[in-house]
Amino acid sequence: MKKLLIALLFSFVSASAFAGSHSPCGVTNGSINILANEFTTYRIFMDEVKSCAGPDADFNVTHSVDHNKLQVAALSANPAEFSAKLVTNGSITPLMNDGLIRPLDDLVAKYGANLNENQKITIDGKIYAVAFMANAQHLWYRESILNDLGIDVPSTYEEVIAAAEKIKAAGVMPNPYAGAFKSGWNLGQEFVNMYLGHGGEFFKSGSAQPNVNNEKGVAALNVIKKLTELSNPDFLTQDTNAVKEEWESGNVALMHVWNSGAASLLDDEGDQAIKADTRLAPSPSVGGGSKPATTLWWDGIGISTNTSDENAEASFRALVGAASSSELANDNPNATVWLIKGYTPGDTAGPVVDAANRGATPYPSFPHMSLMHGALSSELVEFLQGNESAEKALADVEAAYVAKATEQGFL
Amino acid sequence: MPHKTFFWFIFPTGLAMILFIGLPIVSSFFQSLHIETQQVLMEVENCDPFGCQTNVRVDVEATDKLREENPLGRFNGFGTYLDRNHLAFDEIGEAWNSSSSMGEFKDIVLNLPFYKALLFTLTFCFSVTPPVIFLGFIVALSINTLAKSIKGLIVFGTILPMIVTPLIGSLVLFWMIDSQGIIGASIQILFDDPNLSLKASSNLTWITLIIYGIWHNTPFAFVVFYAALQTVPQDPIEAAFIDGASRYQRVRYIVIPHLYPVATFIMLICLMDNFRVFEPIIGFSAEGVAQSLSWMIYQDLRNENKMLFGSAGATSMLTIIGIAILLTPVLIRTWKEFRTER
Repeated sequence: MKKLLIALLFSFVSASAFAGSHSPCGVTNGSINILANEFTTYRIFMDEVKSCAGPDADFNVTHSVDHNKLQVAALSANPAEFSAKLVTNGSITPLMNDGLIRPLDDLVAKYGANLNENQKITIDGKIYAVAFMANAQHLWYRESILNDLGIDVPSTYEEVIAAAEKIKAAGVMPNPYAGAFKSGWNLGQEFVNMYLGHGGEFFKSGSAQPNVNNEKGVAALNVIKKLTELSNPDFLTQDTNAVKEEWESGNVALMHVWNSGAASLLDDEGDQAIKADTRLAPSPSVGGGSKPATTLWWDGIGISTNTSDENAEASFRALVGAASSSELANDNPNATVWLIKGYTPGDTAGPVVDAANRGATPYPSFPHMSLMHGALSSELVEFLQGNESAEKALADVEAAYVAKATEQGFL
Repeated sequence: MPHKTFFWFIFPTGLAMILFIGLPIVSSFFQSLHIETQQVLMEVENCDPFGCQTNVRVDVEATDKLREENPLGRFNGFGTYLDRNHLAFDEIGEAWNSSSSMGEFKDIVLNLPFYKALLFTLTFCFSVTPPVIFLGFIVALSINTLAKSIKGLIVFGTILPMIVTPLIGSLVLFWMIDSQGIIGASIQILFDDPNLSLKASSNLTWITLIIYGIWHNTPFAFVVFYAALQTVPQDPIEAAFIDGASRYQRVRYIVIPHLYPVATFIMLICLMDNFRVFEPIIGFSAEGVAQSLSWMIYQDLRNENKMLFGSAGATSMLTIIGIAILLTPVLIRTWKEFRTER
């Protein structure tokens, strides 16, 4: 009797221990093929995914800065080109629009025992993604340069502009400010930040009608224009990675880039004098507003609908193993702000937490937002070159958006 | 050649052309008449690390059902051709009525995406083609006079720009013209202007792209001219030499007339090639200031998260019409020459 009780107890304990906590790592069946953006934090994350998948797994990962452009076509194919995609709150909507990523509730139930509740991205009650990091763009500055000129750390864009002008006037550097203004997605993103910072709304409430050609839009554009005038004249060709290179070469004293940039900006390669002088600061507010002019992002795991259940499970296991690995998070505390359970935030997490506390908006996740972003990407260039007025540029944005949204069936 | 023989001679080529060129064009045209089905939206509750909020999303099932009923999408006739991103007749009409001067009207029209792209495409076409023909001819003439022993090596070196993949070639140049690159820095020193940047202004970017185009296309013209030079009959040249004609006169009155049809051919191919200029725009990251028709198609298919097939199809059709219009004068001329020779 006693033996039976022990046996029962044992089986109960082991059953409950295994329910919801199958060990995710050590994949043997199915192949894993992941599409992901290209930056250092993702590389670190993927190394962990690979080691979680184990030596026997059929493991492939494609890093590309063009992941946004590739994803819909690649996952629409059946079978899909990739079994998994690292998504963000920006890039998940086009995938959701076409039903290209699958609900993960059963896989989370099976392998997600070590996930935080807030890692589960639920849409309409179903889990569609598992987030592993939070990210935001914020201010970076060179402490010694600001100190030498007696400049306080700017907390508004008006102060950023004044500080950059002072640095320029002092002859320290000709182009003291940098931001990712490359025509295309990056430039669109700068406007998204600045427009939300001014309290703008991209669409008329409850519809897909555009709403950027207004005072807030013009004010946002004028701030961007001032910033570009203090940037490298090649600003229209510089994406985030190019801006980071400018920073590491010591050409820039103030910049507004991603928090995850710390992974490469503060590593032990390159000019250590510059790195030791690099400081992170909260994202500035603008135009008298209280919200920082930036957007909050999460990065997470999405699993392709058009892939076999076997591949989906294999991919999910490897990815979720990394997304719940507190060793990964605590070994790289400054690579980004991890959402992983047991993570103690590093020194660089401050600006992201600050942005969230001060009420920064998450990147808008309307299904038609990507069309708006696309219209912003291509129609703002002429204004920044001084060839047309802000009102004209914004009218062009709206017209270009309307033409595309009509073709896509949103209007 | 009897018609029947000619038919069987041309049949395999014709079949391949219909299959691989004709049918895709018909299909693109058909697609360009359609737009996506209406997206069915629904309100949902989204939760993420930053909290929960009510949002809209596409009702995939309902939209898929609509899509299954109409796989091609909604029929839109020539609506896509006439919208703002293509021919934009409405916008042009409005501009005509509202603008007070020709200059203002021109500004409004050239600000529309299609006409902006067309302007660059045509400028590129007509700025690149003549120098390519001229330079190709000069290079062919010079190399033709070289000693046999070094000819092979020089010919190889000369056609290198054509061998290099356009994207790679333009990327290499892109880095060289960077303000810290060898060409960019030299130009800054030369003009004594530390802020001079070839990438910053539209005009300089256009000039850079055109120079790249000439660099890339000249070898093609050279190769064709060089081959044609081998067919120039030696007798009249020797006769002219004995008559005391200078080198310039021999080239002007014997070689050039002989190569004339070849020049027409090169012009034809160059115009067609340059009308679909694309790679340098990507390589030089020049999307902001220089867009071509091909780039517009790429933009519709790649730069949006969702492919705009209708829009891309419409631009493709307009590009084909553009090429046809561009080549008409040359083709008419060739046809006339063909008729007179008979």
